[in-house]
Amino acid sequence: MSQPLLELRHITKRFPGVVANDRVSLEVYPGEVLALLGENGAGKSTLISILYGLYRPDEGEILLEGQPVRIASPVHALRLGIGLVPQHPLLVNRHTVAENLALGIGGSLFPAQRIAPLIERLAHTYGLEVDPKAPVYGLSPGEKQRVEIVRALLRGVKVLVLDEPTSVLTPQEAQSLFRVMRELRSAGKSLIFISHKLEEVLAISNRCTVLRQGKVVGSLPTAEASKPTLAEMMVGRSVSFERKRSEPRLGEVLLEVENLRARSSRGLSALRGVSFQLRAGEVLGIAGVAGNGQSELVEVLAGLRRAEGGRVVLEGKPIAANPASLFESGVAHIPEDRIRMGTVPTMTVAENLALREFHKPPLAKGFLRDLAACEREAWAKVQEYAVATPSVHTPARLLSGGNIQKVILARELSHRAKLILAVHPTYGLDIGATEQVHKVLLGKTYEGAGVLLVSEDLEELLSLSDRIAVLHHGELKGPFRVSQTSREEIGLLMMGGDPGRPKQDAQH
Amino acid sequence: MIRLVPEPNPPRYRALWVTLGAILVAFVIAGTVFSAYGVSPLGAYRAMLEGTLFDPKGLQEVFRRTIPLLLIGVGLTLAFRTQFFNIGAEGQVLLGAVFAAGVALFVPLPAALTLPVMFVAGALGGAFWCLIAAGLKSRLGVNEILTTLMLNYVAQYMVIYLINGPWKGKDARGYIYSDQFAAPARIPVIPGTDVHWPTLLLGILLALALQFLLARTTFGYAMRVVGENPGAARYAGISTARVVLLVALLTGGAAGLAGVGEVAGIHHRLIEPLQLSSGYGFTAVIVAWLARGNPALVLLTAPLMGTILAGGDLLKVSLNMPLRVVDVFSGVMLMCLIASEVFVRNRVRWGR
Repeated sequence: MSQPLLELRHITKRFPGVVANDRVSLEVYPGEVLALLGENGAGKSTLISILYGLYRPDEGEILLEGQPVRIASPVHALRLGIGLVPQHPLLVNRHTVAENLALGIGGSLFPAQRIAPLIERLAHTYGLEVDPKAPVYGLSPGEKQRVEIVRALLRGVKVLVLDEPTSVLTPQEAQSLFRVMRELRSAGKSLIFISHKLEEVLAISNRCTVLRQGKVVGSLPTAEASKPTLAEMMVGRSVSFERKRSEPRLGEVLLEVENLRARSSRGLSALRGVSFQLRAGEVLGIAGVAGNGQSELVEVLAGLRRAEGGRVVLEGKPIAANPASLFESGVAHIPEDRIRMGTVPTMTVAENLALREFHKPPLAKGFLRDLAACEREAWAKVQEYAVATPSVHTPARLLSGGNIQKVILARELSHRAKLILAVHPTYGLDIGATEQVHKVLLGKTYEGAGVLLVSEDLEELLSLSDRIAVLHHGELKGPFRVSQTSREEIGLLMMGGDPGRPKQDAQH
Repeated sequence: MIRLVPEPNPPRYRALWVTLGAILVAFVIAGTVFSAYGVSPLGAYRAMLEGTLFDPKGLQEVFRRTIPLLLIGVGLTLAFRTQFFNIGAEGQVLLGAVFAAGVALFVPLPAALTLPVMFVAGALGGAFWCLIAAGLKSRLGVNEILTTLMLNYVAQYMVIYLINGPWKGKDARGYIYSDQFAAPARIPVIPGTDVHWPTLLLGILLALALQFLLARTTFGYAMRVVGENPGAARYAGISTARVVLLVALLTGGAAGLAGVGEVAGIHHRLIEPLQLSSGYGFTAVIVAWLARGNPALVLLTAPLMGTILAGGDLLKVSLNMPLRVVDVFSGVMLMCLIASEVFVRNRVRWGR
């Protein structure tokens, strides 16, 4: 075998209280895609930060083309030929693509002009469709990502690190990213692909290296890997990939939405006549690329946004536009943003668990809060939902994402929830925590609750939902029974395509 | 090279040590200013200490300044905790003074009722002034830092208009002030001093009451949620507008009470705004910042700033330093405190 382009030898990085990387060794050869897998907290981000010069390793060495290097900063990393495509693009929204790419490399006069032909040539070579004159704010997440790739290529990188690049893409966009990755591979670049979506890893990579708790648990050629083996390596135990949903026990119609219209916070029309029904005991999945009206739909249903028109009826009664009274009538909301909306990170676990009912008995007597009762209730919920926290008096911000989500679930679901609005409930959670969240949500449907599951993760939607609808530009396509649709069809609808299916299964 | 490493879970007393460190640094910086002026810093600090805490007359001066700082500071602590940045306590003090003076001068009341009514009126005056800013904030989203600050000037000119026009005293001649208050409209003082103890008592009670409010009541909980994560407040259906209005009522009301104390406890007439309050509303910002969101801690921080103010006045007189030396002092102090914030949440590491 030829010489590795990049080699990490026994990299160790310690933070107070944790060893983030423990003697991690890996190598990448020219013209291959190395998949780096691991759950949250396995040490992937630390390793990338070391590669990109953001952290320096405590021990170990990095060899580039056989020569030991010390990567001092991101600028240095780029000069050495190591580029990073970040998970969330770091671009100046108001500038054009060319202006963004000229940052740091263009001349001082009209930097963007000189760089435009370069961009077009690169884009042509690797099949990256990028318009240098387009302003960034108008680009889709996939297009922004291509700009980031072009940025790295402009600097002449040999090693390209892609940090969870598909997390913001539709299946179709992911396919086109993979095409670009194959082009780059055949041009002799080395790619490090970080993901925890196993299908994608199997589809695109040549070799896989799996991290768990900071250590490399194994490296193997992708040809020898399978979903169950990789998952077992990541989690440390076997994981089931069966469809998790057993036969639903459907009840009465719980929620009826008719011709709902609403505007986004920027005043644009976000929901254009959305209609659907949700029955007790049912999971209705809402698919769609972010920004197609999902947030507005959930906000209207949770009482956080006024509808402009249409009707929303819960158990035969029109809903009030007030989150507190809606919660009272059984609407639980697991919000998209756990940190900015779902919790008060500076407040303790017990205080966060009290957020919905702090003003009512038993948590309060008149104006006075009953701190002993708060603590008692909090311990009970922490135990019921297996929240890993040293104490109920620990500030919520010290908990991991999975445990913060469990705090939210415990708070929202312990009050007889009838309608559960779950938005990206497992976003950023590792496999273990994801399984638990799914179990809790499905468990509630067997007790008679209806779940509106909004997610960008098609795997999740297909594995949990009874029916799936797609939101595109504020219009709802479907719902379709999961058994009668496919991943491809949903993906096409998310892009605004028309799979040409006549029957709409709005009712069971 | 110095690096800052974020500390997710700072030890409990870290804020205390950092605060004390910041105060110390402020003293050192102010000391260099003193020596640049040709005064030995150590000598100056000794003179300040001896002339305030270890001198009966000086101690009285300390108390005189502590009382308004305590009342205003307690209210501001609450406001800052709710992310309502009230920089207009100065104006609210003046409004409190105006309302109280109005009662004292023009409302015939039984002697026993005069003072209580004056306090209530003063609190309402301060609250009213603050509610203007709070209303603009919650209705129209106007930044309260600007409105409260600007309302200070409106209040100042309003007082000047009153004592120069309709409320001008009969014996004032070329000066501008109102008539003197009658005896029942004067707050009793500790004999031989001008420490108006009922106002002091009010301040202490308010500090304890607001601490209780914050920690143990449902309203205090709602305030903390609004202050620490407005997104979560919206999500849980806590009305931010209502919380902000109530906080404005409390913080403005507390400043108004301080205004009552000044006119009815010390001056016994409505006088020029700059003599009446002399920057208490701004100094109290430091008092509140030092207390780091705990109204009860104002019981310590208000006397501290009171001592510094009284000591600064002493420097003017005994060491012949310029009038503005006190402002330099409090400015340096606030800068150090704000800059020290970063050390509460980060650890300093030396080397690579």
